[in-house]
Amino acid sequence: MIRRLLVANRGEIARRVFASCRAVGIETVAVHSDADARAPYVTEADYAVHLPGNSPTATYLRGDLILAAARKSGADAIHPGYGFLAENADFAAAVTDAGLTWVGPPPKVIAALGSKIEAKARLAEAGLPVLPGYPEPELVEEYPVLVKAAAGAGGRGMRLVREPETLAEAVAAVRRDAAAAFGDGTVYCEPYVDRARHIEVQVVADAQGSVLTFGERECSVQRRHQKIVEESPSPVVPPALREQLCTAAVAAARAVGYVGVGTVEFLLDPAGDFYLSGFNTRIQAEHPVTELVTGVDLIRLQLLVAEGSPLPYPAAPPMRGHAIEVRLCAEDPAYAWRSATGVLHRFSVPEIAGEFRPLPQPGLRLDAGVGEGDVIGVHYDALLAKLIAWAPSRYDAARLLSGALVRAEVHGVATNRDLLVRVLRHPSFLTGDVDTAFLDRHPEVYAPLLSSVDAVRLSCLAAALSGAAERRATAPVLRSLPSGWRNVPAGSQTTVYDGPAGPVEVGYRLDRAGELAHWWVRAVDPDELDLAGLGHVQPTDDHPPVAVVSAQRDRVVLDVTGIRLAFNVHRVGAVSYVDSREGSMALTELPRFPRPAPEPGPLRAPLPGAVGRIMVAPGQRVGAGEVLMTVEAMTLEHPIQAPAAGVVADLPVRPGSLVDAGAVLVVLAGEAR
Amino acid sequence: MTVLDTAVDPRTPSFADNAAAMSHRLTELAEALEAARAGGGERYVTRHHARGRLLPRERIELLVDRDSPFLELSPVTGWGTGYPVGAGVVTGLGVIEGVECVVVADDATVPGRAANPYAAAKVRRAARIALTNRLPLVALVESDDGEAPADLDAYVPVGGLYRDVARLSAARMPSVAVVFGNAVGDGAYLPGVADCTVMVRNQAKVSLAGPATVTALTGERPDDESLGGAEMHANTSGLADFLAEDERDAVRLARQCVRRLNWRKLGPGPRSPLPEPPKYDPDELLAIASADLRTSFDPREVLARVLDGSEFDEFKPGYGEAMVTGWGELHGYPVGVVANARGLLGSAEAQKAAHFVQLANASETPLLFLQNSAGQLAGAEQERRGAVKHGALLLSAVANSTVPHLAVQVGAAYGVGSYALSGRSFQPRFLFRWPNARTAAMPPDQVSALLSALSQDTGRDGGEPGSDTLVRQRMGAESGALFLSGRLYDDGVIDPRDTRTVLGICLSAIASGPIEGAGGYGVLRM
Repeated sequence: MIRRLLVANRGEIARRVFASCRAVGIETVAVHSDADARAPYVTEADYAVHLPGNSPTATYLRGDLILAAARKSGADAIHPGYGFLAENADFAAAVTDAGLTWVGPPPKVIAALGSKIEAKARLAEAGLPVLPGYPEPELVEEYPVLVKAAAGAGGRGMRLVREPETLAEAVAAVRRDAAAAFGDGTVYCEPYVDRARHIEVQVVADAQGSVLTFGERECSVQRRHQKIVEESPSPVVPPALREQLCTAAVAAARAVGYVGVGTVEFLLDPAGDFYLSGFNTRIQAEHPVTELVTGVDLIRLQLLVAEGSPLPYPAAPPMRGHAIEVRLCAEDPAYAWRSATGVLHRFSVPEIAGEFRPLPQPGLRLDAGVGEGDVIGVHYDALLAKLIAWAPSRYDAARLLSGALVRAEVHGVATNRDLLVRVLRHPSFLTGDVDTAFLDRHPEVYAPLLSSVDAVRLSCLAAALSGAAERRATAPVLRSLPSGWRNVPAGSQTTVYDGPAGPVEVGYRLDRAGELAHWWVRAVDPDELDLAGLGHVQPTDDHPPVAVVSAQRDRVVLDVTGIRLAFNVHRVGAVSYVDSREGSMALTELPRFPRPAPEPGPLRAPLPGAVGRIMVAPGQRVGAGEVLMTVEAMTLEHPIQAPAAGVVADLPVRPGSLVDAGAVLVVLAGEAR
Repeated sequence: MTVLDTAVDPRTPSFADNAAAMSHRLTELAEALEAARAGGGERYVTRHHARGRLLPRERIELLVDRDSPFLELSPVTGWGTGYPVGAGVVTGLGVIEGVECVVVADDATVPGRAANPYAAAKVRRAARIALTNRLPLVALVESDDGEAPADLDAYVPVGGLYRDVARLSAARMPSVAVVFGNAVGDGAYLPGVADCTVMVRNQAKVSLAGPATVTALTGERPDDESLGGAEMHANTSGLADFLAEDERDAVRLARQCVRRLNWRKLGPGPRSPLPEPPKYDPDELLAIASADLRTSFDPREVLARVLDGSEFDEFKPGYGEAMVTGWGELHGYPVGVVANARGLLGSAEAQKAAHFVQLANASETPLLFLQNSAGQLAGAEQERRGAVKHGALLLSAVANSTVPHLAVQVGAAYGVGSYALSGRSFQPRFLFRWPNARTAAMPPDQVSALLSALSQDTGRDGGEPGSDTLVRQRMGAESGALFLSGRLYDDGVIDPRDTRTVLGICLSAIASGPIEGAGGYGVLRM
């Protein structure tokens, strides 16, 4: 019996495990790095132990520190989550050696399956269909091949190689990555199956020898071999194939003596043939889709079999409906999936039916590792949350999920949200025509959701009107008077934003009744920013007629050619986050009165004295703050610094020249632009 | 509290007639404002912009708080005088860093301002508004090149401005001068007398005489930068307190100066931050004033579209019914209203209004006068009843009232009625006119009747055929709202729909200073 469980992990998976612990009365212990000290999973744990530092190797990968934390906190079991030490057989052995319950398969099973090379050999022996592999990169005969880390997991440490010339480089890269992430640089290669689909079967085995399967998941939509959309069941697995896959999965589990929750991965080729491609000995990030369609709490089962109890039923419950999960990540697909950092000023997803648990009826489930105000840093993976929709049909689930993503407000860090929406709404996705190269074949999904010119302009207008409403509502005087009223109207109110497409200027004027008399949004040449806000440039009048239905600080409703559209605006400092059904954008307001850079010009002696050293010569380029010369007076040396970058245009003094206060020492000219 | 009813019916023919007449007047007003906005015309404006300089209204848009209202004062000064409409200067009430200020901005595209007596008069009016209402003054200075007032009418009064600004400072009404261009000769004294002065590098030139004059008079050959450039004044003469890198930077510094005034208003704030708007559509104000000024109209219909929640508690409703008096609030500020109702001022009306003016002083409540006066009842019976005595009573009460007066002429103002209700000569804090308003010693009908009677008396012919029409036309042209506003006999002609907004801005500006009623006597019942 587990009384107090430590989760050797962080983020949403720690919260997920804690939720099941609470459901069965197990006390919870979190471990956390410096950066995670205020993370939600730490806050909600019964106990928390600090692991000093931030890098995974100093914290979540330090098995010794985690065991010490378990001892200190009185934990009698350790759940590794996924990633970090989840598939580290040595750690699992150390946990059991310490007399603690290890929530995972026996260490020797982990060891056997941990090396992909060894695992494949073993499963092939058991008569299961495996892809022929090349244990050494030198043995590769046919291309394309996938270079994989033997200890790899979660898509990390994988590279596709199409020509022999790039193999060596890829191998080196995967080695480096694998050594850093898993502490093991062993790599191998296997043939790359074009247009393959990634299908996996959830298995749970108890110590008494029964093995149950919980249907399949399809995780074909991947970016750089990392899953971003996962679903259950697969749209292309008919009952007969499911039967075959599950039978193979059970055989695989039995072949290795598996105990616990695991996943058997298959590649399904376009011909309908499948190959066993891996056996993951952990709970997977995408387990919620299985939980929703089967109604089973997999973590609870995992705890159950870890305690040595038998599985509570002879067969898995039938699958009902369809579930799709997306991984919302702090990364910008438009910039090569660059990790995004920042403060998560707002994180809200509408109409969530539940969190971290199977749902009693179809709806949305949110497994979020972050909360509002969290700092999204660079130390760990970019996963913010998993959003899962469960609906009677696949189409319903995709629609529910994309609708929720569009309505979600995620402010402060760039995310892959728009891409996820575009995937979920893509005709090929909706017909089930997906494979692991989906994103490569459909680059259109990289377009931001807010792609129409008018949608962008209207969002800018909404941000500007929200700003106006806020200024009016907080005006120290004349608060009740009409916004921007003029008896002799001459110009527009203007705001300049730096937006996704560079700086834009928004102009608007409200009439005496508060109606929008005119508006425009135009791109501003960054070099002419100083002209923005003056109304010199008359923008072209191709803007749709807009009426303001209401404008408040946090919500602006516009009537656009007879269609009413609401914009939620959330301002944090100079940044306005605008969300509407048309999409979302972040707009940074540029200062109305930028401090001009001081102009170079003559520099004068601050006091009477003698010129000391001269460090520059005429014609020399100098930077702002650079010391140009010294003036000595009363035995003190005064440095003469360049107030701005420039070129030495004139140097009327020499070392030793006696100068009066105010005498010109050096003349700087501005640099030619 | 009493919510006013309305009898205005948009389906009646008079509604349409009135609206049509007002629409015609508004078109004239729009044309006049367009002329003011155009400044010196496209050629000068283009040249000005090409030099990287901004127009006065562009500078003001940058200067005032974003989305705050700005009330331009006397926008059509000069209309009908032969001088440029607007007189080459923009004045107004604006909010800078949350502080209500009087703003004065030169329009350098308008030539000949030095010789334009209306330019100086308009600026002095703005300075006067700053002084009487305790408002800081921000002047955006840029004269046209090498000007010196040649015209005696322009030269003699212009010095008064510097006196005004100097006295503003003494009265703790600070002034900020921002010099964007030339301020040579007399103009140099405005930045001189201001509390804070900002000059724009490479643009501002401030000196007693320009380079040509200096050379002519002294033989010295200074370049204008060393003679009066911004940098020289900032680093050497000390005339400039702040050296701005460019126009936008100058506006930034001007706003910084105002922020650091640590300004506190001394009058009361609005009673509620978000007062109820009127219950009736202000657009109907366009059709309330009669197309024919001889037809009087009920000022309560105006009040119902101007006062908060259309609430008006009438005082002495049954007495002297040609005058309406009572209390209401406007944008949260309490006001006492004195309004002509049926045109002719009689003894009862004068006594009632005098009584009410004293009450407003006793409660330190600003007064709002709605003028629509056809004159005073004349005749032997009226004289026996003491028409002059009672009229004088009202004049005396208004003249000695010390609470702020706001006046809006919504119709006619003929005869004593034109000043009894705080006409221009009675120096209200602010006076605005609707476009249909007319002011004269007596109505055109009476003048022509008088003329024909006089000609009969003297036995001479009544003049050329149609002379009656000529008199009416001339009187029509020279008593109209734009004509009067062109001569600075008010602070602007306003769209009736803006009445509430304009008065709200003024009431708030007035509250910058203390509101004090006249003392000495208790309220005298008459």
